[in-house]
Amino acid sequence: MKNKWGKYSFLLAAAFLLILTAGCSGMPVLDPKGPVGESQKNLIVFSIVLMLIIVLTVMVVLTYMLVKFRERPGRGDKDYDPEHEGNTKLEIIWTVIPLIIVTALSIPTVITIYQLEEPPQSSSDKEPLVVHATSADWKWFFSYPEQNIETVNYLHIPTDRAIEFKLSSADSMGSFWVPALGGQKYTMANMRTTLYLQADEAGTYKGRNSNFTGTAFAEQTFDVHAESTEEFQSWVEETQQSAPPLSQDRYDELLAPGLLQEMEFSSTHLQYVDHGKMGSGDYLINRHQDKFEDLPALEGGEDVAND
Amino acid sequence: MMDFLLNEFLVTGDPLIYGAMVSIVLVSIAIVFVLTYFRKWGYLWREWLTTVDHKKIGIMYIIAAIAMLFRGGVDAMLMRAQLTLPNTEFLNSQHYNEIFTTHGTIMIIFMAMPFLIGLMNFVVPLQIGARDVAFPFLNAVSFWSFAFGAMLFNLSFVIGGSPDAGWTNYAPLAGPNLNPGPAINYYLLGLQISGIGTLATGINFMVTILKMRAPGMTLMRMPIFTWSSLITSFIITFAFPILTVALALMTIDRIFGSQFFTLTGEGMPMMWANLFWLWGHPEVYIVILPAFGIFSEVISTFARKQLFGYKAMVWSMLLIAGLSFLVWVHHFFTMGAGAGVNSLFSVTTMLISVPTGVKIFNWLGTMYKGKIRFDTPMLWSLGFIPCFVIGGVTGVMLAMAAADYQYHNTYFLVAHFHNVLIAGTVFGCFAGLTFWYPKMFGHKMNEKLGKISFWFFVIGFNVCFLPMYFLGFMGMPRRTYAIEPEWMPLNVVSTVGAVLMAIGFIVFVYNIYYSFRYSEREKTGDTWDGRALEWATTTPVPFYNFATVPEITGPEAFWKMKQEGGTTYDKDNLEPIHMPSDSGVPFIMSAFMFVAGFGLVWEWMVVAIAGLIGILACMVVRSFDYDHGFHVSVEEIKETEEKAREGEK
Repeated sequence: MKNKWGKYSFLLAAAFLLILTAGCSGMPVLDPKGPVGESQKNLIVFSIVLMLIIVLTVMVVLTYMLVKFRERPGRGDKDYDPEHEGNTKLEIIWTVIPLIIVTALSIPTVITIYQLEEPPQSSSDKEPLVVHATSADWKWFFSYPEQNIETVNYLHIPTDRAIEFKLSSADSMGSFWVPALGGQKYTMANMRTTLYLQADEAGTYKGRNSNFTGTAFAEQTFDVHAESTEEFQSWVEETQQSAPPLSQDRYDELLAPGLLQEMEFSSTHLQYVDHGKMGSGDYLINRHQDKFEDLPALEGGEDVAND
Repeated sequence: MMDFLLNEFLVTGDPLIYGAMVSIVLVSIAIVFVLTYFRKWGYLWREWLTTVDHKKIGIMYIIAAIAMLFRGGVDAMLMRAQLTLPNTEFLNSQHYNEIFTTHGTIMIIFMAMPFLIGLMNFVVPLQIGARDVAFPFLNAVSFWSFAFGAMLFNLSFVIGGSPDAGWTNYAPLAGPNLNPGPAINYYLLGLQISGIGTLATGINFMVTILKMRAPGMTLMRMPIFTWSSLITSFIITFAFPILTVALALMTIDRIFGSQFFTLTGEGMPMMWANLFWLWGHPEVYIVILPAFGIFSEVISTFARKQLFGYKAMVWSMLLIAGLSFLVWVHHFFTMGAGAGVNSLFSVTTMLISVPTGVKIFNWLGTMYKGKIRFDTPMLWSLGFIPCFVIGGVTGVMLAMAAADYQYHNTYFLVAHFHNVLIAGTVFGCFAGLTFWYPKMFGHKMNEKLGKISFWFFVIGFNVCFLPMYFLGFMGMPRRTYAIEPEWMPLNVVSTVGAVLMAIGFIVFVYNIYYSFRYSEREKTGDTWDGRALEWATTTPVPFYNFATVPEITGPEAFWKMKQEGGTTYDKDNLEPIHMPSDSGVPFIMSAFMFVAGFGLVWEWMVVAIAGLIGILACMVVRSFDYDHGFHVSVEEIKETEEKAREGEK
């Protein structure tokens, strides 16, 4: 009987490990490419270890109780004490130990929370690059005020330099998230939030809106191209020279709810409207209110932007 | 007119919905036919629709909750079908959005809460030695407003379209600008109407437990489930008014054009998130604390021991209840409120794990030196411990704001809250139902089928939700209607788990039918060798519960009565019992609420006003109702008790 169970649990564990390794291959959160994601990963791994200890403790104690104190033939009333009702010493122990664990988790958490409000230390010698990221149903606008260029649904960033994302939204609340670089923050109409990220490795990383925004939410994604400072600079210059400027009419047209392909412009929308300011919520509604009456649905994970 | 009917009023163009319409019509015809054929309309009205008996109301709550569990479960299966493989064209994005919204709303508001409130209704008055709740009429209003609120919400499926902004219904997405039409109104009014009932329940049970306990039952002698119900009632009473106000403000935004949460003008959409979670986080504890109470009762009964650390159990529930009002910001750490705010709410959230951990260890302690039996209610409670601990520790991980920026809005979160809500609340409901089932219906649920459904459900549950933690690390956002190819393997595993859970649920429901047909009838009132007062009554419980109310001299009243002698039928001290009269007003009044709600959903003011006048008329009728109930004569009590106690001799 025992052997049979042993075999089953072995098979089960093997299957589980197989799935785990198959799944583990692409976990950007646990394989970050920049200092922000790195500090979050460290926190995550630290907490997983502590938590596994707790889970194991409970499992072991539970198993012990069930094996030792189950009703079984021949046990009779041995070790049975129906009047047993508590043990102050034990209860203090299992109040104090969790308190210690909570403290052990709180300290690095609070330190990291404060750190993430500032640009990463590793690139403190350079000024952060400012990029405005604005979400609209269901696309992303990236404006580079210093370079005076704007892109839609993709962006380029230099490596080893902090990026200061200024986040806001033209309509529904989104969340700007590039899992490989670090955690997310909401984009909200009428207000501005700031998020610092940095890439230490060149590469293309997937970014998306992670906060539900309605019918085409699943396709509200973008690509982040991290590249060396020189490559970034030459991309900026090329965009400045070859891309058309963004007129207000064109921008208004792009704001209409729907999906867009990747685009680039040699000026930004910030000259027409700043969605981060109170009162700017009317801008899109004044132009496109009627289009929200009848929104189309997507089918089968179609990726309109890349068609 | 036809144009309006086909294009706006009825939901058209989807074979799934046509199927649902046909089945709704067929089932309705079948019900009408059966009731008419067997001449049961009068029975239905007299015995159920007008009843104020807490036991019958409790049973109706549970039946409605199981029906809603079925609806929410079908939603879940449709979602899993859509998410199993990439490029699936089973549900389009709009339909998917409606389904995850109704899944979440129904499971929390119309399944979890009514299930637990149903158990509270049935059990609490019995546990404290009361003959009904403090306000039996109000109790009926609570149930019917819940039932009609649920009906209004479910109607959106075929008439007008279901709400599609998530169960959190965040502004501005759910506001009048970005989401015109009746769909969101269904959410607002369905929840508003049933919320009135819930608030009334909170007040009712608070008063019942505080004022109607048997003589000698001090607070610290109360059964632990009653304690959990009392604390839950307090949370309801303080939290639900916030929801009422938030729903009302958004309704005014949508129907009358104000700008509380709007994108335009000076609306503050983020205020909705704050108000929602100021209610929503305590709500989580409204659906978990009664489950904790159930587990405590069950574990102590089947370990055949007193509860370990009763006082610590009570205090930890009080602490959890207090802290539950101080953690709501952890639902939106990513809003950018600043490091100070996030740090504070990180710490308060993690602190909740301390009293919760104490409870887990006290349950383990209860088994120490026990003699553990493995009946189905106990299996659900034992399954709860490891599964809930996994949900609990991932909750602590989510509470760490800096790390939460990576978990937020992902399947890690989805896995976490299912780990606590299914392992906690759903296992708790199943444990409670199988535990008190013999008291409710006079026979046990079949053990063998019970065990089959338990194993299918528990294994399926873990297979379904554990992979989701990893999907979160892989960057899969919640509420997406389509998956990327790299997320496929784990999603396939998850769907297999969901199918196992569905089988478990089907076996559970089949068990109700099977046990009704074949289970042995109970001969005594004390099925499990119980410890609290509900087991001191006969089975079935007479409508007045206790012929005579015993004097309570310590904790575990019935356990003590069994050792020292004592009865709830003291022949020499019988007195006439005062009982409340049945009334049709709660049903009719709630039906008017439904009419008013439906009018507001479609912004048909004539209908809405007519409904409101109807509600007011019912209130007037009730105000001039001088029926103060009736007395059960000593002869009738004697006759009832002698008949019920025949089996004991």
